Amino acid sequence: MKKSSFWLGAFGALGILLVVAQAKVLINAAGATFPYPIYGKWFDEFTKVDSDAQINYQSIGSGGGIRQFTEGTVDFGASDMPMTDEQIGKVKNKPLHFPTVLGGLVPTYNIPGVTQELKFTPEALAGIYLKKITKWNDPELTKANAGVKLPDNEIVVVHRSDGSGTTFVWTDYLSKVSPEWKARVGANTSVSWPVGLGGKGNEGVAGIVKQTPNSIGYVELIYALQNKMDYGSVRNSAGTFLKADLDSVTEAAAAAAKTMPADFRVSITNASGKKAYPIASFTWLLIPSKIDDPAKKKAIVTFLGWMLKDGQKFAGSLGYAPLPKDVVAREQKQIALIQ
Amino acid sequence: MATSAAVSAPPRRGARAFVRRLRSGDEIARLITLAFATSILLVTVGLVYELWSTSSLARQKFGLSFLTSSTWDPVAGQFGALPFIYGTVITSVIALLIAVPIGLGAAIFLAELAPARLSSAFTFFIELLAAVPSVIYGTLAWFTLVPLMRDYVDPFLKKTLGFLPMFSGTIFGYGYLTAGAILAIMTLPFIISISREALLEVPVEQREAALALGATRWESTWQAVVPWARLGIFGSVFLALARALGETMAVTMVIGNDPSIHASLFAPGYAIAAILANEFTEATGDIYLQSLVCLGLVLFLLTIVINALARLLIIATTRRGSAHP
Amino acid sequence: MTLRNRWRKTLSYFMLSLTGVCAVVAVSLLFLILGILVYNGWQSVDWNFFTKLPKPPGETGSGMANAIVGSLEIVLLATIMGLPVGFMAGVYLSEFGGKTFAFLIRYMADLLNGVPSIVIGIFVWTVVVRRYHFSAIAGAVALALILIPITARSTEQFMSMVPQTLREGALALGASKWRAIATVVVPAAYRGIATGMILGVARISGETAPLLFTSLNNQFWGGGLSDQTASLPVMVYTHAMAPYDDWHRQAWAAGLVLLFGVLLANIAARLILSRGIAVQK
Repeated sequence: MKKSSFWLGAFGALGILLVVAQAKVLINAAGATFPYPIYGKWFDEFTKVDSDAQINYQSIGSGGGIRQFTEGTVDFGASDMPMTDEQIGKVKNKPLHFPTVLGGLVPTYNIPGVTQELKFTPEALAGIYLKKITKWNDPELTKANAGVKLPDNEIVVVHRSDGSGTTFVWTDYLSKVSPEWKARVGANTSVSWPVGLGGKGNEGVAGIVKQTPNSIGYVELIYALQNKMDYGSVRNSAGTFLKADLDSVTEAAAAAAKTMPADFRVSITNASGKKAYPIASFTWLLIPSKIDDPAKKKAIVTFLGWMLKDGQKFAGSLGYAPLPKDVVAREQKQIALIQ
Repeated sequence: MATSAAVSAPPRRGARAFVRRLRSGDEIARLITLAFATSILLVTVGLVYELWSTSSLARQKFGLSFLTSSTWDPVAGQFGALPFIYGTVITSVIALLIAVPIGLGAAIFLAELAPARLSSAFTFFIELLAAVPSVIYGTLAWFTLVPLMRDYVDPFLKKTLGFLPMFSGTIFGYGYLTAGAILAIMTLPFIISISREALLEVPVEQREAALALGATRWESTWQAVVPWARLGIFGSVFLALARALGETMAVTMVIGNDPSIHASLFAPGYAIAAILANEFTEATGDIYLQSLVCLGLVLFLLTIVINALARLLIIATTRRGSAHP
Repeated sequence: MTLRNRWRKTLSYFMLSLTGVCAVVAVSLLFLILGILVYNGWQSVDWNFFTKLPKPPGETGSGMANAIVGSLEIVLLATIMGLPVGFMAGVYLSEFGGKTFAFLIRYMADLLNGVPSIVIGIFVWTVVVRRYHFSAIAGAVALALILIPITARSTEQFMSMVPQTLREGALALGASKWRAIATVVVPAAYRGIATGMILGVARISGETAPLLFTSLNNQFWGGGLSDQTASLPVMVYTHAMAPYDDWHRQAWAAGLVLLFGVLLANIAARLILSRGIAVQK
């Protein structure tokens, strides 16, 4: 008796769930962890704007976003690294790149006893990740941080273990400031790291740095802020040490905005400009140029429009910089390209 | 037809006979259950086929050097399995080195010394350990074991045994040793439960004979009882090894995800199951993905071989129940 | 007593108490694990946990209602797909099997049993996900593939423990073979079979690796069975590895709920079995 009523109840629940679920337009997306905090907020807020649409975003890394998008297992992808021509060639429906926000990568560290903010030269960062600088009290680090007592401890380097656009931005920057890095390692979503522990996602790297003394890692600004982790300033191409914040990141995009190509694929690391933060990047949504399902197309188009106007308002409070106005205008035109 | 199940009339050949047999529910029942049983065969064959064919690009490009190369470079498209095989094997060996002595000790206690009710109660709890999901072991290891290793165990080992290359080098907390430690906890219940059963099978005359000859309790256990059960004990060790090799979540969370080979046990490394969990959904490009599937194939073959050995040993004990010198 | 004998005796006491220590260590591990989980998780297992959906990172007040339901969905589906197949296969092996074919099936079942669950996940990915995308169904298929060989072997084991005399008695009374199996042998072995089934289901409900690339995960309730679905084990994994303290609490809570369910099922199964296999002598 008990068994049959259990099965009945189970099937009933399943049935109800199936019926309820079909009423909504369900969209699956996956990709970068860099903008996950703001995407999470956006997709949550968007359900209030359009209660029928539900966008489920899985932050599996930009590499995953590009791959799942290419295979068609998700409706759209997200990546901090624009797709290469080779990658675009593999997709049936040519992807449209929609920049969403600007973010900055910060070197976050966890050094017991050091509470002051550290200054990092490009040589220091490249040296640490190339395993040439192995201790915190290395001259390259101490000479930029005169007032700080850096301990004689080994640096625990943390990087990404998954295919990451954040890694691309970091390695892209290192390739620009260090010829040795460019020759030995290069820039990509997944590289052959000379040293370090691997964390999965921005979340994983932040998690490891937070729990491991004497460690350093690279994460998007908001991850360091939300978890109250220490992060340092980086010297930009003009010679100024800057911390990542709204102004410095926006400044990095300002120069690029004028010369941005039509498909929005651009790198703004090591940007020129006195107040430009050197490790900044756009992050993009990868939208197929042709969406067959009319309900999904409507929802995605509505979302893009909302994102470019109201969504941008959430950027600042979460540590991202909103898009420059002329970029927004051009993107709104690109929405019309979606068939 | 009142025939005993043990002695049934031999099935007659021919289509007509088949149809006639079909009338009886027996043949239908046999065919239905046969169909379900065949599905197991189909699944296994399908599994091997898919693993083999989806890794064809990688196998063609790298050949057997895949197993000996230690480069894992997605940018250059060069992939080698050695760091992962190394990590998988090392962490499993560490796990066994920790778990076998403790497990065997516990099994001896439960089989030889403990009164029956205590033994059953203890065994009950120990077998529950085997039911704890891997991700929970991983979470515990991540939050509790890693700081413990990093702050207490590793420095202690470094201080006392630091002259050995295995115990030198930077201490991260994540790495081979921590992964091996959590694997040890996970494989312990298997070793205990199977060794205990092997020990219980030993005829009581063995122990009594040794005692009669003047052996101490320990001597009779260690020199007369345990050797008799050694096939079953080895079987349990191999089974534990097979499980450790394939364990995914707990290892992924604490091994450090560094695809290179290090001599130091404190160093981070990688295991086959761990890289599959981390990179499978994101591998961009065919050769990358197929190399990962090839890794899966390697793991599959490894666990099959070890499992087969384990079962042979366990069957040998239960069937013959004797140890050969 | 000579010195040597005294040494032997001391060694004996020492080694034997060492084995006792080993046993105590092994047993206390379980309670340690439970204790740590309870200590870290019990405060977060509140009403919100069971009823609310996950919130964006950094916001409080989220829950894992979708993961709990998702896990139930996937495991239920896997059970429906896997238990009958495993049971029937077990019946074949024990009652109808010839020599070679049954040996082959048995060998394959043991092989499947030993395959790491992540490799099963890869297999289901190549066969199901590549064509039909991430879905609860794919996840359920992966779990079912793990469940089938476990159920088959345990069903076979308990059915072959039923004495031959029972079968012969039924046949002597005029029953056909399948009727004898269905009405006499299976009921005689049902405790063992049920135990094996419960243990198998408990095992797959804790599996994470095969779900990582089949059902993936979901923020929301999802579109039913053909859509990505959240599940408790995957949630524990993603939340534990994140840097947010709030997510850590959620991970502990989810882990506690998961472990509780699994242990409860295991204890129930063992109690059923220990009541004795209902075989009349």
